[in-house]
Amino acid sequence: MIHLQDIRKVFNAGKPNEFVAIEGVNLAIDSHGAIALKGPSGSGKTTLLSILGCMARPTSGRITLQEREITSLPERFLTEIRRETFGFIFQQFNLIKGITVLENVMLPAYPNAENHASLKKRAMDLLDLLNIGGKALAKVEWLSGGEAQRTAIARALINNPTIIIADEPTAHLDTHLSAEFMEIMRQLKQEGKTILLASHDPIVYESKVIDRIVEMRDGKVVSAGGGP
Amino acid sequence: MGLMFMDAVVSQRLDREFVRERRAIVRALTLTDLCLFTEARYTRHPSMTELHTPFQDHPMALEHFPSGSIMAVPARLYPPAQQ
Amino acid sequence: MKALEKQRNILDFTLSSLGRRKGKNIALVMVYTFVIFLLASVLFFTHSLKKEAALILQDAPAMTVQRLVAGRQDMIPMHYIDSIRQIKGVQSVVPRLWGYYYDALSGANYTLMVNADLNDRAGEIIIGNGVSWRSAPGKRNNQGLQKNDIIPFKTYDGTVLGLKVKGLLPFASELVTADLILVSETDFRKIFAIANDQATDLVLQVRNAKELPTIAAKITQIHPDTRPILRQEILRTYDAVFDWRGGVILMVLAGVFFAFIILAWDKATGLSAEEKREIGILKAIGWETSDILLMKFWEGAAVSLMAFFMGIFLAYLHVFLASSILFAPVLKGWSVLYPHFRLTPYINAYQIATLFFLTVIPYTVATIVPSWRSATIDPDSVMRM
Ligand SMILES: Nc1ncnc2c1ncn2[C@@H]1O[C@H](COP(=O)(O)OP(=O)(O)O)[C@@H](O)[C@H]1O
Ligand SMILES: [Mg+2]
Repeated sequence: MIHLQDIRKVFNAGKPNEFVAIEGVNLAIDSHGAIALKGPSGSGKTTLLSILGCMARPTSGRITLQEREITSLPERFLTEIRRETFGFIFQQFNLIKGITVLENVMLPAYPNAENHASLKKRAMDLLDLLNIGGKALAKVEWLSGGEAQRTAIARALINNPTIIIADEPTAHLDTHLSAEFMEIMRQLKQEGKTILLASHDPIVYESKVIDRIVEMRDGKVVSAGGGP
Repeated sequence: MGLMFMDAVVSQRLDREFVRERRAIVRALTLTDLCLFTEARYTRHPSMTELHTPFQDHPMALEHFPSGSIMAVPARLYPPAQQ
Repeated sequence: MKALEKQRNILDFTLSSLGRRKGKNIALVMVYTFVIFLLASVLFFTHSLKKEAALILQDAPAMTVQRLVAGRQDMIPMHYIDSIRQIKGVQSVVPRLWGYYYDALSGANYTLMVNADLNDRAGEIIIGNGVSWRSAPGKRNNQGLQKNDIIPFKTYDGTVLGLKVKGLLPFASELVTADLILVSETDFRKIFAIANDQATDLVLQVRNAKELPTIAAKITQIHPDTRPILRQEILRTYDAVFDWRGGVILMVLAGVFFAFIILAWDKATGLSAEEKREIGILKAIGWETSDILLMKFWEGAAVSLMAFFMGIFLAYLHVFLASSILFAPVLKGWSVLYPHFRLTPYINAYQIATLFFLTVIPYTVATIVPSWRSATIDPDSVMRM
């Protein structure tokens, strides 16, 4: 589904602090299944994830998404693709403080010009599905870690994406909540979504949910892992 | 906003009588100016002021009446080029 | 329809996000309301005053002729009347006798004016409302002068002439008569020692207003030491009397301008880390730059429109119901007498539009512009927050 061809990412190009974060990455990612990016801190996982998720452009190389070359698309189209294809779960959850759980979940759908009432209903259904329907009208800063995590997941799912991207999703969770997170990922995988996780947490990459492990080091893929 | 405009229209109606009365007095007494300030003659009767009023004390006199700085110089007193 | 739905969603978020920084936003709206209140008050006040002047001074004398001596207005000889009356088109020429009288007791300047109705009633005066409130000696302070009270006038040679109040000018005419004292010709000449063949100026009635400039030219030709003032010029004087060159207006404008710069500057530089973080998150979850600017637009519009309506409303109350009470100290200056500015509200859409373009538009722009920079940051920065 996603093909990376000779991807290279350079930060601060041309300046004295120039830094090559990713070099010569070739990767094919198929739909359905869960893939973990594994590697020490600074190995380029986050950078690669943001390139995969159309958040950042590579310095060079080609990306195709569903047979469509997207490297050269203008910003506007990338945003649209990002909104419709990907659901992001950030390391710190990055919920917007001061507004309710429900509003946080609805936010990614606002630019779609969906009817407000029907959007609200979908968001409520998602929250119910994740067992936090009761917290819908609570402000996000009152949430416990587990509730915040599920709110973040609901927000990632609101636009019904085909690919879920999560960067170090368990970094701030205890063992129990981490296991719970992986369980939710399992269910999503079962529903047919593609899961892309970056983590150096064994709970993630040793989980049964993961079908394939891509190992990274110093900006290079050292092992493209099992599977095709 | 609508209320404001409505109030304005109503007040204008109500005050029409007063305006008429004021006009009558202006005509009867041959008045030329509004009584806005009573501290200096060129602000009490700006329309009657002569061109040299600013120099009435001496050529370098500074404006010393507050009202003089509130009102603009009567248009008639500008040099023609500035009108 | 779809676009509308999007606007509505984004507006929805804007409003709930405004509610979050309540303290800051309330302070902002308050300062901004005050700025608009000041501007609108000045605008309403000056406009209504101008309008009032334009209405009532329509009945000012068609032409006033004064005499200048060494650049100062001086007494005009009565015999000028005859020669001016000869000019074709002149209907009547009437001398006016008026002047200023400083009353040491009350510390006020009065305008003394001769009124023909009093000419066979020497010793009597009719006073304006402001005069009546400057209490005479011995009067209790909160009671104005009444009929039959006596005002002592100091004549040119130091003797005192007591004149009896025989009437008050109507309260409604205060705007033109507050400081007026109408006296008889005899008393006027007695107080100021003005010879019988002299008048302060002359007022003319003409048959056809179109001939006024020709007549004025003729007068200056016959009497080069005179200066005719046309009604048109009086009206023009009042039309420009509070224009933007006027000191206070300039001051208020400058103040408002600076307040506005500060607000805008605060906006431009003060996009807090929190706000920037939010913009980053919104971009990352799929908002386009234009969506974020739309949100910021609504934010600026909401704040400034709220302030706009409140400011205008308060200004209306202030100027037309509270008699511009805040301006009083400025307007009074050193005047001891001043009319109550109970103005008739003349407002129009043009004024409102002017205020709108002076305040709402720049503020809204000022909120969008700094967001522009933040809205174009790379969304992947959110991954590293
Ligand atoms: N915006 C940036 N500018 C400069 N260097 C960066 C930037 N973002 C990331 N890096 C560097 O790129 C390398 C890879 O970072 P990252 O992808 O976050 O690794 P990981 O997620 O595996 O810890 C790190 O050494 C980091 O310091
Ligand atoms: Mg990382």
